[in-house]
Amino acid sequence: METFVQQLINGLVLGSIYALVALGYTMVYGILGLINFAHGDITMIGALVSLTLIQLLAAAGIPAPVILLLAGGGAVMVCAILGLSIERIAYRPLRRAPRLAPLITAIGVSILLQYSAALIWGKQYIALPKIIEPAQLTIFGAQLTSLQAAIFLLACTIMAGLLWFIKTSRMGRAMRATEQNPDVAGLMGVNTNTIIAFTFVLGSAIGAIAGLMIVLYYGLGHYFMGFMLGLKAFTAAVLGGIGNVGGAVLGGLLLGVIESLASGYIGDLTGGVLGSNYRDIFAFLVLVLVLVLRPAGLLGHQGGDRV
Amino acid sequence: MTAWRAPWRWAAWVAITVLLLAAPFLIEAAFGRAWVRITDVALLFIMLALGLNIVVGFAGLLDLGYIAFFAVGAYCYALLASPQLAIHWPFLVLLPLGAMVAALFGILLGAPTLRLRGDYLAIVTLGFGEIIRVLLNNLNRPVNITNGPQGITLIDPLQIGGFSLAQTHSFAGLTFTGLHSYYFVFLTCAVLSIIISRRLEDSRIGRAWVAIREDELAAASMGINTRNMKLLAFAMGATFGGVAGGLFASFQGFISPESFHLIDSIMVLCMVVLGGMGNVAGVVLGAVLLTALPEALRYIGPLQQRWFGEVFIDPSDLRMLLFGLALVLMMLFRPSGIWPARRRLVKSMTEKQHAAV
Repeated sequence: METFVQQLINGLVLGSIYALVALGYTMVYGILGLINFAHGDITMIGALVSLTLIQLLAAAGIPAPVILLLAGGGAVMVCAILGLSIERIAYRPLRRAPRLAPLITAIGVSILLQYSAALIWGKQYIALPKIIEPAQLTIFGAQLTSLQAAIFLLACTIMAGLLWFIKTSRMGRAMRATEQNPDVAGLMGVNTNTIIAFTFVLGSAIGAIAGLMIVLYYGLGHYFMGFMLGLKAFTAAVLGGIGNVGGAVLGGLLLGVIESLASGYIGDLTGGVLGSNYRDIFAFLVLVLVLVLRPAGLLGHQGGDRV
Repeated sequence: MTAWRAPWRWAAWVAITVLLLAAPFLIEAAFGRAWVRITDVALLFIMLALGLNIVVGFAGLLDLGYIAFFAVGAYCYALLASPQLAIHWPFLVLLPLGAMVAALFGILLGAPTLRLRGDYLAIVTLGFGEIIRVLLNNLNRPVNITNGPQGITLIDPLQIGGFSLAQTHSFAGLTFTGLHSYYFVFLTCAVLSIIISRRLEDSRIGRAWVAIREDELAAASMGINTRNMKLLAFAMGATFGGVAGGLFASFQGFISPESFHLIDSIMVLCMVVLGGMGNVAGVVLGAVLLTALPEALRYIGPLQQRWFGEVFIDPSDLRMLLFGLALVLMMLFRPSGIWPARRRLVKSMTEKQHAAV
């Protein structure tokens, strides 16, 4: 029971971070039909920028809450500008190109971001200076730190805010219209170029916050950290039904929980034969199973093609 | 091409053949032996890219885990021709076996994903590739099969009859090192792959694939068995990968799961798309360019030294940066690839219609 609650807590916290990154994938996919391969690396840049800011500010002796606010703000700014420029330079000229061309540029941008980060920050792991001392809580015999709780709550707030924004605001309505049909949305007076750029900015900013969370959670940053994270987050987005914002949230949380539970229990279940080094497989196994049973993801639009 | 008169075409073919046969010796004389090795690798990548081209280019099924079939072929060869399991089967048995096992894996991947399309398929194939790699990494416990992350060493070199390709042979005044001998084996296989691809392209199967790519629903209603055709595409593509994998294992003498990362799948996909998806000549060009380009970019380190007196940027990082940049720029300026496929079927149709009017 303790293991179960513990892994559930870990899974939900991890899953909420996955979900935040997955939002960036799913929003861009919904509007452009593009797998933005570089999104994981944008998150990585957000993580490393906030790490550097924390290092600098902590050395200056500024109180922890201010540091976190400034680091988060800085990362959001950098990533928003990055997302905007990537869309403008690498994706917009390819809107009417063959379907795989933007995917290749996305891969190119991803490589560019990774190795730019390697040049700026080096290839070693960067450790976070200790600026906060999380309190320990005990729930059903399992440990929950105040940091975990804060990450989870903040992630949920952001997700709820985003859902509300898309549902009710004028901009959100324009986003939904562009997603359904860019041409018709354009005829109705929606500036689709602005909307698409805005979507990239929004996704990148949320990714930056996820990056800050990962840095705080694991205490480490690395130029290659965006790769696996991006892969998991994209898996989460597909699991929930790609293009569906609520689906990304569900898929992220689900993926985090499944991964934690599976890697927590696999050793006991198989008598120690299989260890938690199979952890990365579960995400994909679940994904394959879900897609075989529900080919459009959990919350995706199921039905057939319109002819 | 068709405008050329027959004698010129013959002359061109003879020239190309002579050039290809002399290539390893010319390359060694001009650039050094390291580039013979790179040429060998380029030939392997031609086979891989042509295999993936069947799946992605012809049938339009986006496969992001293609390197898994390469891995299956390589491990199949390595396990049955190395001290790892103390089995040493001959090459001529293992090559078709590896191809068959890879084809089986292709069907294994294809069967559950038949209903998926586009990007869902992409992510499932990506997951499949990762699963294979993690399995190879971890199948050293409880029974040691793949030797885990350490990989398999001392893999037997190719041996046909009593002729071992790893040794140095002399023939007609030329010295054939292992690299040269492998070149000719790989060249044969690559040329065979090209011929098979070209023949498939114009065949009933190839046209069925193109029909599925363009519109699956319409293809099915025209009587094409889309299920079998898609499975066939996966199996065919995997076969190419399996054969290339077996050759790779014997060529390297050592394999480990590290050689079969997602980035390698992406690399092969880049070759296909950059060269010109669906066009055999374009894909070959893409494979050669993308094998040679990162290698050529290695020379940037010494160049920095010579021009500026010191190395500013780590050459391996700079190389990847330039590679990323090249991908982006290529796609911005030639989004359908360097040498795109011509829509011959569509064109000939309209021509016929014009003629009829």
